[in-house]
Amino acid sequence: MEDRKERAFQDKIDAELKIEPKDWMPEKYRRHLIRQISQHAHSEIIGMQPEGNWITRAPSLRAKMVLIAKVQDEAGHGLYLYSATETLGITRNELITQLQTGKAKYSNIFNYPTLTWADVGAIGWLVDGAAIVNQQSLRRTSYGPYSRAMIRICKEESFHHRQGYEIMSKMALGTTEQQEMAQDALDRWWWPSLMMFGPHDSDSAHTSNAMQWKIKRETNDDLRQVFVDRAVKQAELIGLTIPDSELKWNPKNKNYDFGKIDWNEFWEVVNGNGFCNKERINNHVKAHEEGKWVRDAAIAYTEKNKNGARA
Amino acid sequence: MRNDNLPVWEVFVQPKTGAHFQHCGSVHATDKEMALQNARELYTRRQEGSCIWVVKAEDIVSSNPNDSESFFDPADDKVYRYPTFFKVSKKVKGL
Ligand SMILES: [Fe+2]
Ligand SMILES: [Fe+2]
Repeated sequence: MEDRKERAFQDKIDAELKIEPKDWMPEKYRRHLIRQISQHAHSEIIGMQPEGNWITRAPSLRAKMVLIAKVQDEAGHGLYLYSATETLGITRNELITQLQTGKAKYSNIFNYPTLTWADVGAIGWLVDGAAIVNQQSLRRTSYGPYSRAMIRICKEESFHHRQGYEIMSKMALGTTEQQEMAQDALDRWWWPSLMMFGPHDSDSAHTSNAMQWKIKRETNDDLRQVFVDRAVKQAELIGLTIPDSELKWNPKNKNYDFGKIDWNEFWEVVNGNGFCNKERINNHVKAHEEGKWVRDAAIAYTEKNKNGARA
Repeated sequence: MRNDNLPVWEVFVQPKTGAHFQHCGSVHATDKEMALQNARELYTRRQEGSCIWVVKAEDIVSSNPNDSESFFDPADDKVYRYPTFFKVSKKVKGL
């Protein structure tokens, strides 16, 4: 019985049909999705912190308005994705608890600090740029609510990408000091951005099932390559240097070969030893606790009205 | 561990006047006004809609996709519901 269901499920996926919340699905598929989509949601939410750090110090009113809108979008992305995760039968509170207790992860990149204004540019250009490559691919993911959330998110991301590149170009073409800041930001954010795509396919624990179920549509290494090829030309155009001495055009493959990623650093940060791991989660817990009285008051107000006490 | 799970509301947006409302996701809220405000803030930051409906998720009744065959089958043998069922001479115009 279960076998037959599983075969019908795979047939549906092979036929490029979407799986919807009430459809039968293997427990492993459900669990994989909950892990992946909630991790994605947590990344959007935690990702607000490194940029939010610069809102009060944005160099102009224009920059400030743009950054607020960008960070608000990221909150929205988090909520679209929580909404999609909840269709799999898990509550928001369970998800938040998983994040706050470290049971669920978020993208490693947000454990790096934003030291200068150029970092805000580097995040929009590189971090959102890498996210876009991943998210464009995920528009075709097999789970309907996830796919629809990705389509919505992708529409909003190109604004993020452009505002980041605009900041970088302005600084890269500005005073010597600004140029140095831009280069320094690129130097620090380049490698962590490459790590965003996850381990090499040969070392990735989750790739095979995810590909067969079409949760993932392209492999980590393929997506990383797309990102590198785009970013190299964009850096060239504004006179910045990618910090990789092995980076060079490969005429045979028609793409850029690049140097070795320091996976030790990656695992160190994943395992909690990055610059900002503790700070990010502490801030989240603090914000959540400080918002408790608002939630309590809203619930109390509804209760009161339900009991016919409305004046 | 916490019991402050706010109720889930499904959100439907009408992209422009005259169009069908489309489901676009959900929000959490304690009452109608908050649900509508949250939906506006979350799903129409770029003027994606001209009107929003919010409905408590628990009030929505759905058919079960696992029974979709038996549920939708009755429509299967009623080909006369389509105009192509009827033979009409080519000479007849405007029909
Ligand atoms: Fe985002
Ligand atoms: Fe973004």
